[in-house]
Amino acid sequence: MKEKSTRFSAVWEAIFKFLTHGAGVFILILLFSMLGVLTYVAWPSIKKFGLSFLWSTAWNPVTNQFGALTTIVGTLVSTALAMILAVPLAFGVAIFLTELSPTVLRPIFSVAIELLAAIPSIIYGMWGLFKLAPINADYIQPWLSKHLGFLPLFQGPPMGIGMFTAGIVLAIMILPFMSSVMKDVFEMTPKVLKESAYGLGATTWEVVWQVVLPYGKRGVVGGLFLGLGRALGETMAVTFVIGNAHQLSWSLFMPSNTIASTLANEFTEASSPIYLAALVELGLVLFLITFIVLGLAQWWLNRSVPKEAR
Amino acid sequence: MRPRSQGTRKVINFLSLLASGCAALIGIAFLIWILWDVIAQGISAINWQFFTQLPAPPGIKGGGLANAILGTIIITIIATVLGVPIGILAGTYLSEFGSGRLAATVRFLSDIFVSAPSIVIGVFVYAILVLPMHSFSGLAGGVSLAIIMIPVVTRTTEEMLRLVPNQMREAALALGAPYWHMVWNVAYRSARAGMLTGILLAIARVAGETAPLLFTALNSPYWPQGLTKPMANLTVTIFNYAMSPYSDWQAKAWGGALVITIGVLAANIFARVFIRSKKNKG
Repeated sequence: MKEKSTRFSAVWEAIFKFLTHGAGVFILILLFSMLGVLTYVAWPSIKKFGLSFLWSTAWNPVTNQFGALTTIVGTLVSTALAMILAVPLAFGVAIFLTELSPTVLRPIFSVAIELLAAIPSIIYGMWGLFKLAPINADYIQPWLSKHLGFLPLFQGPPMGIGMFTAGIVLAIMILPFMSSVMKDVFEMTPKVLKESAYGLGATTWEVVWQVVLPYGKRGVVGGLFLGLGRALGETMAVTFVIGNAHQLSWSLFMPSNTIASTLANEFTEASSPIYLAALVELGLVLFLITFIVLGLAQWWLNRSVPKEAR
Repeated sequence: MRPRSQGTRKVINFLSLLASGCAALIGIAFLIWILWDVIAQGISAINWQFFTQLPAPPGIKGGGLANAILGTIIITIIATVLGVPIGILAGTYLSEFGSGRLAATVRFLSDIFVSAPSIVIGVFVYAILVLPMHSFSGLAGGVSLAIIMIPVVTRTTEEMLRLVPNQMREAALALGAPYWHMVWNVAYRSARAGMLTGILLAIARVAGETAPLLFTALNSPYWPQGLTKPMANLTVTIFNYAMSPYSDWQAKAWGGALVITIGVLAANIFARVFIRSKKNKG
C-alpha cells in the first residue's frame, strides 16, 4: 500500500514537472513559430521584392507592386508625435503622483491612472474619430496653419483625419500606461535618500531632478521604451483617425497610414496571394521592430532593479 | 555646481511643480472627457432591445447587438480555457523551477510578449488556423486572444507565487510532501487571491481587444453558428458600425463602447477590491 502511493506520487511528480516545464518552453516555441510562420507566409513577397520592399513607396494591388516605406514612415512619425506629446505629460503626472498630491488622495489617483490604462484602445480610437477629429479640423489645425503655417508640417487642408489627430489619440492612449510605469519607478527611490536631500535644504524639484530621477534613470528609460513599443504596434487607436492613404507627405494634416492600420484595413480584402504575402511581410517588419524596442526596454528595466530585489 | 540664490531656486521649484501639476491636470482632463463622452453618447443607445435583439439594417428602428455580446463572451471563454492553464503552468515553472538560463529566457521573452502588437498575433493565427480551415472562425478568434493572455497570466502567476514565503514551502517539504503536493496545497493556496486577480485582469484585457479579431473571428450579423464559422463580437462590430456612414449604427457603436468600457472597468475594480480584502484577511 505504502509502496503504491509513493509510486503514484512519483508519477504525479513527473507529470507535474513535465507540464510546468512544457508550458514554459511552449512560450518560447510560440514566439519562434510566430517568426517562422510569418516568414513562411510572407515568403512570396520577400522573394519577389527582396530588401527593396523596405524602401519602396509602391503600394498598388492592381499591378501587384508593394513596398513598405509609406507605412514604416507613418508608423514612426505617428509614434514620434505621440511620444513628444506624451512623455513630458507622463513625467509630470508621475511627479505629481509621487511627490505632490496629498497623501490621502494618492491611492485614488494611482488607481484612476491604472484603470484608464485598462480602457480598450478601440474606445480611444472611436472617441478620436467622433470627438477629437472635428475639433482639430475646426479649431486646432486652422490655428496651427495660421501661426505656424510657414513650416511644411502644418500646411495643407485641415480635415481632422490624418497623422496629426492619430498622434494625439496615440499620446492620450499611452499616457496612463507610461505614467504608471514611471510612478512605480519613482516610488522605488529609498525614502532615506529623499529625506537626506530634503534635510540638506533641497526643494521638491531638486529632490526630483537630482535624487529621484538619477536613481530611477534606467527604469524611466525602460518605461519610455515600453510606451514606445505599445505605440508602434497600436492598431485601433490609430486606424480610426489616420485616414488610411498610402502617401508620404511633409504635412501632418494629410491622411496617412501605419503598418498596423494597413493590416487592419486591408487584410480581409487582399485579393491576390502576393498582396496577402506583402501584408504579412508588413506584419513581420512590425513584429521585428517592436521586438527590438521592447527587448531594449526589458533589458533596461531589468538592470534598473537590483538583483536581490527581484 | 554653480550656486543659485535661494530666490531662484524657489522660483524654479514653483514653476516646475506648477508644470507638473498642469500636466497631471491635462492628462486627467482628457481622460475624464473621453469617459464622459462614452457615457453620455452610449447611454442613449442602450435599452432592452440592445441586449436581446439581432442587429437591424441601417435606417430601421430597433435591433440590438445581442449576437455580438454573446459572441464576445464565447470567444473570451475559449481564450480563458486555452490560455489560463498554460499561463498558470508556465508561471509555476518560472517561480518554482525558474533559476536556470532557460527560465531567464522564458521570463525575458514573455515580458516582451506581453506588449507585442496584438494585430501581428492576429496575422499569425490567420496563417495557422484561418488559412488551413478556409474559414474565419470564432475558434481562431479565441486562440488569438488566448495567445495574448498566456504571457500576461504567466507573469502575474509568477509574481504572486514569489510572494509566498519560502519557509512555507520548506515546511511542507520537510513534512515529506512531494513537490507537486507542496505547490498545489501550499503555494497555490496562499497565492490564490493574487492569481485570481491576475486572471481576471487578463480576461478584462483580452475582452476589449479588437485588432486580433479583425481577421480571425471576423464578424457576423447572425447568432453564433458554431465555432468554425465567423462569429459576431462586440469590438469588431463597434469598429464596423463606427466607421459606417449611418447615424443609427454609429449610435449603436457608442452603446457597444459603453458596454465594453463598463465591463472592463468593473472587472478591474472588482479585482482590486478582491485582492485588497483578501490581503487584509491573510
